[in-house]
Amino acid sequence: MIVVHSAAVNNKIIPANATNKTLPLAWQVAAHSQLAEAEEICAWLEINLDNNLHFKKRLLIITNQRFLTVANYPEKIESYPFHAGLALKHHDNAGVANIELFDGEIQLAHWFYTLAHDFSATRFIKQFELHLASFLTGQPITTETSEVCPNCQSPLEADQDECPQCSSTIDAPPSTWTLFRLWRFAKPYKWQLLTGFLLMLASTAATLVPPYLTIPLMDKVLIPYQNGAPIDIGMVALLLSGLLGSALLAWGLGWARTYILALVSERIGADLRTITYEHLLKLSLEYFGGKRTGDLMSRIGSESDRICVFLSLHLLDFATDVLMIIMTSAILISINPKLALVTLLPLPFIAWMIHVVRDKLRTGFEKIDRVWSQVSNVLADTIPGIRVVKAFAQETREATRFREANQHNLVVNDRINKIWSLFSPSVTLLTEIGLLLVWAFGIWQVSRNEISVGVLTAFLAYISRFYTRLDSMSRIVSVTQKAASGAKRIFDILDHVSSVPEPSNPVHLDKVVGQIEIKSAGFRYGNRAVIKDLSLIIQPGEMIGLVGHSGSGKSTLVNLMCRFYDVTTGSINLDGVNIRSLPISEYRRNIGLVLQEPFLFFGSIAENIAYGKPEATRAEIVAAARAAHAHEFILRLPHGYDSVVGERGQGLSGGERQRISIARALLIDPRILILDEATASVDTETEKEIQKALDNLVHGRTTIAIAHRLSTLHKANRLVVLDRGEIVEVGSHDELMACEGAYYRLYQAQARNVDTDLDDVKNDNEITHKAVSA
Amino acid sequence: MEQSTLITDFSLIRNAAGRLVLTTNDGNVHEGVFPMRAFPISAPAEGLSLIGENGHELAWVASIASLQNATRNLIEEELARREFMPEICSISHVSSFATPSIWQVETDRGDTELVLKAEDHIRRLTHTSLLITDDHGVNFLIRDIDQLDNHSRKLLDRFL
Repeated sequence: MIVVHSAAVNNKIIPANATNKTLPLAWQVAAHSQLAEAEEICAWLEINLDNNLHFKKRLLIITNQRFLTVANYPEKIESYPFHAGLALKHHDNAGVANIELFDGEIQLAHWFYTLAHDFSATRFIKQFELHLASFLTGQPITTETSEVCPNCQSPLEADQDECPQCSSTIDAPPSTWTLFRLWRFAKPYKWQLLTGFLLMLASTAATLVPPYLTIPLMDKVLIPYQNGAPIDIGMVALLLSGLLGSALLAWGLGWARTYILALVSERIGADLRTITYEHLLKLSLEYFGGKRTGDLMSRIGSESDRICVFLSLHLLDFATDVLMIIMTSAILISINPKLALVTLLPLPFIAWMIHVVRDKLRTGFEKIDRVWSQVSNVLADTIPGIRVVKAFAQETREATRFREANQHNLVVNDRINKIWSLFSPSVTLLTEIGLLLVWAFGIWQVSRNEISVGVLTAFLAYISRFYTRLDSMSRIVSVTQKAASGAKRIFDILDHVSSVPEPSNPVHLDKVVGQIEIKSAGFRYGNRAVIKDLSLIIQPGEMIGLVGHSGSGKSTLVNLMCRFYDVTTGSINLDGVNIRSLPISEYRRNIGLVLQEPFLFFGSIAENIAYGKPEATRAEIVAAARAAHAHEFILRLPHGYDSVVGERGQGLSGGERQRISIARALLIDPRILILDEATASVDTETEKEIQKALDNLVHGRTTIAIAHRLSTLHKANRLVVLDRGEIVEVGSHDELMACEGAYYRLYQAQARNVDTDLDDVKNDNEITHKAVSA
Repeated sequence: MEQSTLITDFSLIRNAAGRLVLTTNDGNVHEGVFPMRAFPISAPAEGLSLIGENGHELAWVASIASLQNATRNLIEEELARREFMPEICSISHVSSFATPSIWQVETDRGDTELVLKAEDHIRRLTHTSLLITDDHGVNFLIRDIDQLDNHSRKLLDRFL
């Protein structure tokens, strides 16, 4: 049935690839051998699953004549010549997507792929439709003029070369030498660090003087005295004052060094904390959704502290030790190279041993960190939910959960301690053996008169210091690893690129009119498509009511409009400009958001109202509170506007808190207003109060309101009914009631029982759930 | 309201469009139904719901084994299509021990690659089984850590 074109144009056999990427090498032979004369590959899609859902690569091809699939193992070609009625459909479920080929109502074949190929699949289907239409009508394909990202079909701005959506998805894993990245934070303090280093050199040198003075003390004073010569008092005094002087010098220098370096490291730690926190605040809601509060808190708090201690204490000691080893070796070699060689012999061996253990310990410490955050996560889960725990009398269970987490912590610690505990005794043993070697070799050398007794004692004095330092140096292994894993966890945050990136070439809107256009927006949370190909234009000043069951995507849509998340496909435009190309804070300044659960920060009421505009005058604050119908109840509070509200606004009723948050939104005078179930959590009486306040707020602004109680949306110009991420109906209340569709059913359900929520009709579980959390 | 009259008696066929068609004993016909396990991990053979195209439950099957052969085959066929949870048999290579990390794994569905975005995408199901979600939302199951070979276990251990 293959339609063969009369091969009049023989000079164009080699396919000109319409897709800008060429076919993968592995497929070229297999695919091209299938092509008839004058047949060209127009588009292709590589998929990674076979029909039994096994990982096997396949190729789907669109030529100018047919639809073709190629599989390698086993070799299999399927061919479907173009004819009217052919259609490709795709849908997905739990990470796997399915492309189906239909001939009218009959399914001809279907193919699977994982969502990794989803963007190219959507594009492939579009290509299929274009080429099929062109084949059937004989018209050449007209390419769209507006530029579209080749990868994900989202429209590109004129000045954007690459799609902001696709380019931001690639992250590289952080390098292993994480600690060196701390240099970024140390750089501003380089002069202090240099001073500290010089002081360290000097103080280390000063500590090396005393053993050296033991040589003359032994050879010129003690041994001659044993041999009958009198003690030279002057010389003894000189040597002893030398000892005292060097000790005093070492003390002073050591103090200055430690002080300066501790000062610097404390500042580095503080910078690290602030910068990490600042970065954290800029990350998208998606990041916070995926992380636990306890974990993030411990990263910023204790990890940065651990790094700070490492820098100020351990690293400092280590550097001193290394300096000391180098200096001591130099001194020993200058006194007697042979004996020095024997003394230094165990050193490489110990270094090797440190290296071996280091690897084992590092993974262990990383593990301890993870387990530790598990323990704190249990706390962070339970303590805020303590009412539920107590209400269901589950204290023992929570205690068990904690004990288990703690037990796990213990097990992991035990395992690492096994290695760790072996480590320092081994170093001590090596020290003893080293000393033994020096004694033996030294006695032999003394007996041959190669060295004096004084030299031997000096060597022993040096080496005993030397090895004790080695012992403490070995400790650096663990602390470095701990600090490195801490640094890694901090850099994990710092390296995380916000999934809502700032535009590289920001566009500035002088005056926002408030027209919002949602162009075929899609959003996917994990493997669930929450919003599917949704398009909507909201005119300036219009009030839109979003209606639908919970889970229908209302809140997600609002989050997308606020740019808390970015759309996966499509775009959202404000006054014709893609919101991705507006600076985030500038964009959000135009949005007033009133949430179901108003969040009040610790501080006075005035501060809370002025949260979005800290420079607001008192008169402005009062005006906003009046408009929000909050003025009167605020005045009834003992300290008026200066009354302090605690965390989450304890001490105020739900309605009062809501009115404060409405005043907060009013004060920034936004062009766009988003009301996310603003009246859902209060009683009917309070709702009326809030409604009055809201009416003031809505006036003249583009408003998007979500409400369970449909009665609260009576002012809306249009109602948009959502179901499973798609718009089912749009229209005014009367229109929608007239057409007796989804809205009509919702309304009827509510009219029957005024006090029930929309969802209760759907789902009785919701009620039980609410009763529990209340 | 609906809960009280949950249908347990029904017939199921696949139509030309590849959709499952459910006919309940009261004569209602629903096209495009799909089966859903209630406990896909902890008790896959118990509790199965047939959901209509609009997302409402149409029928409930307490135990899959109790179904007639033809119906069970249809359901299992459809489940096999919908349930995609490759089981990792071994991990051959990981690109780094810091996330994001690319893993080369062997699964019961062939060799593949997965991208682990963060350590918390590894979820502990029981003491020995893990669920790993890759950055595209595909779930990979490790049924028993102890059954993995030494190399894989060592690699995995670095992330736990």
